[in-house]
Amino acid sequence: MSVQTTDYTVSEIRSPAAFITSRVFIYGALAFWAFVCLFPIYWTITTSFKSAVDVTQGHLIPFVDFTPDWKGWRSLGLSPDSIFQTSTVRDEFLKRFMNSVITSVGASALAIIIGSLAAYGLVRYRYKFAWFRNEDISFFFLSQLILPPVVLALPFLVLYREVALLDTRIGLVLLYTLMVLPIVIWIMRDQFNSIPVELEEAALVDGLSIWGAFFRIVMPIALPGMVAAFILAMVLCWNEYFFAALLTSTDAKTIPVMVASQTGSQGINWWSMAALATAAIAPLAIIGIALERYLIMGMTAGSVK
Amino acid sequence: MAEQTSTANAWPANPADLIPQGRKRLGWGLLAIATLFLLAIIVVQILYKTEMSTVGFDTWRPVVYAYILWGAALGAWQVLTRGEDGQRALFLLPALLFTIAMVIFPTLFGFYIALTDWNLSSFTGRRFNGLDNFWQMLADPYYRNALFNMVLYVLAVLVEYVIAFGLALLLNAQIRARKFFRVVFLLPLMLSPVAVSWMVGKSLMEYRFGPAATLARYLGWDNPAFFSDPITARISIMMLDAWTFIPFMMIMLLAGLQAMSREVLEAARVDGANAWQTFWQVTFPLMLPVSVTAVILRIIFKLKLADIIITLTSGGPGGATDSVSSFIYREYRDRSNVGYGTMLAMAYLIIIVVFVTWLLKVASRFVRNVN
Repeated sequence: MSVQTTDYTVSEIRSPAAFITSRVFIYGALAFWAFVCLFPIYWTITTSFKSAVDVTQGHLIPFVDFTPDWKGWRSLGLSPDSIFQTSTVRDEFLKRFMNSVITSVGASALAIIIGSLAAYGLVRYRYKFAWFRNEDISFFFLSQLILPPVVLALPFLVLYREVALLDTRIGLVLLYTLMVLPIVIWIMRDQFNSIPVELEEAALVDGLSIWGAFFRIVMPIALPGMVAAFILAMVLCWNEYFFAALLTSTDAKTIPVMVASQTGSQGINWWSMAALATAAIAPLAIIGIALERYLIMGMTAGSVK
Repeated sequence: MAEQTSTANAWPANPADLIPQGRKRLGWGLLAIATLFLLAIIVVQILYKTEMSTVGFDTWRPVVYAYILWGAALGAWQVLTRGEDGQRALFLLPALLFTIAMVIFPTLFGFYIALTDWNLSSFTGRRFNGLDNFWQMLADPYYRNALFNMVLYVLAVLVEYVIAFGLALLLNAQIRARKFFRVVFLLPLMLSPVAVSWMVGKSLMEYRFGPAATLARYLGWDNPAFFSDPITARISIMMLDAWTFIPFMMIMLLAGLQAMSREVLEAARVDGANAWQTFWQVTFPLMLPVSVTAVILRIIFKLKLADIIITLTSGGPGGATDSVSSFIYREYRDRSNVGYGTMLAMAYLIIIVVFVTWLLKVASRFVRNVN
């Protein structure tokens, strides 16, 4: 973590003035970018507490510019005074929310299961299906990453109608699994590569079968990698919009689709829009902050040798 | 599944020799039955759907179940006839069968749809029309425009790369609260692009009240309409997309910086290089492999760009911000033109496969030449 940069050491040698300048520059740039990252989130959260006037006049600071109000959250049925009343909007929102949870968790879990198995096989054993060898199979899996959603969307629209999977959560789960599978295999291959073979050899000598060794010895060690892959897959699935917009209509609609379809007849209710956006963003932001270590681990898998 | 089939004879010289004939026959039998069952269901369905028979199912769903059964039988066949080798194959089979079913079949089907005239809103249904869609595509100025936009969007990755590299250097410097800044910089990546394009694109950058517009006016831009003329609209889209994806490259580059050995940097310092020289002579060349990986991955993600454009501008003004994906999305959503839309998508697939293959070749040669 604490890699000393030359920038620092060199300027230390030079002069106090140069040192201070470089410090000011570094912290200035950091603060600027932190502002760029945080301000939109701040804007989203505060807007959910604004009334119409406060939005159109661009008021920024709560309690100074405007008095916060539960307006946005009330329209979702999630404010303190409306949470115990019946609210159709809230039911709708919770349904979409559960759809998002189920599809993203389901797809990530499925991808982790079949992806880890495949990655383990590819790392440990030599395969030969017809003229396909390990490298070809790996390439086949990873090349799916290139496939843009738009190529699959229309055929799937037709196929899903034929197999009655249109507008179902299972249908979305299958597609999302396909979408994140290359990434999972990429991360898990890296993970399994870092586990010494001797461990499994010892397990085999002790009488475990190949699958026994995988479940009892390898999997516990590879768990951090699985968590990393799972989180990354979750992020991608939760935010996915394209397939969800095309393949779902009433039953299986997810949160992003609900957010995108919020244009009322009298323009946009920014406060409720903001509340909805906040609710859509919050779960991942919380997971991301809490498990940032794993997220970074997943993203950097295989990139640094 | 594997535990009960695992053989007691742990170290056979050649496992195939030790598998009893009965077990092998059982395996082959299972596979044969499952294959016949799958084929039978397909045939029944085809006959039913073409109205040559009255027995069948309303949907093709049973075929999916039959395929899953067949996959299970294939796995059992591997284990039963090949023993330990079969158990090894079992690791790979689920993912392989899944991907083949989900990719190969739809893609082939897509190529067929691409050759048909099929509009969901017309009553004539699907009609094979050969290469008509293809000729129409070549003459379509909007598609060409969308492709041209993709070139611009991909070029914007270079700017993102420079910013991401700068941020990675900042995070790698000797600073306090590094973890805080890293989490904050990472946040945009986790936010849903749709929510972002609403709250940032449509609200924060709103012409009348958006703080970004206010700031732009304050800085001297009289008419801060971010999405009304083609060039600013493109730049706005690029900025929004960059905002969400810069953290991705930044994290990869940061990992590269942290993996760099301190000795090399120390040596450069001892040799009297200043920070600027050290960066260009040492850091940047050493970071090249990581950079290439990050940029290529980012380009692959960029080629899928659609969400932001669909929700924010729907391609406007006048198709200026259209990416290929968003254009095809509207071709389907607004005009229900499935046949033509699929032809566009398939052409796009071929273009990007060629492009990415070329990119990988060039990149690997580039990295090899420099190092």
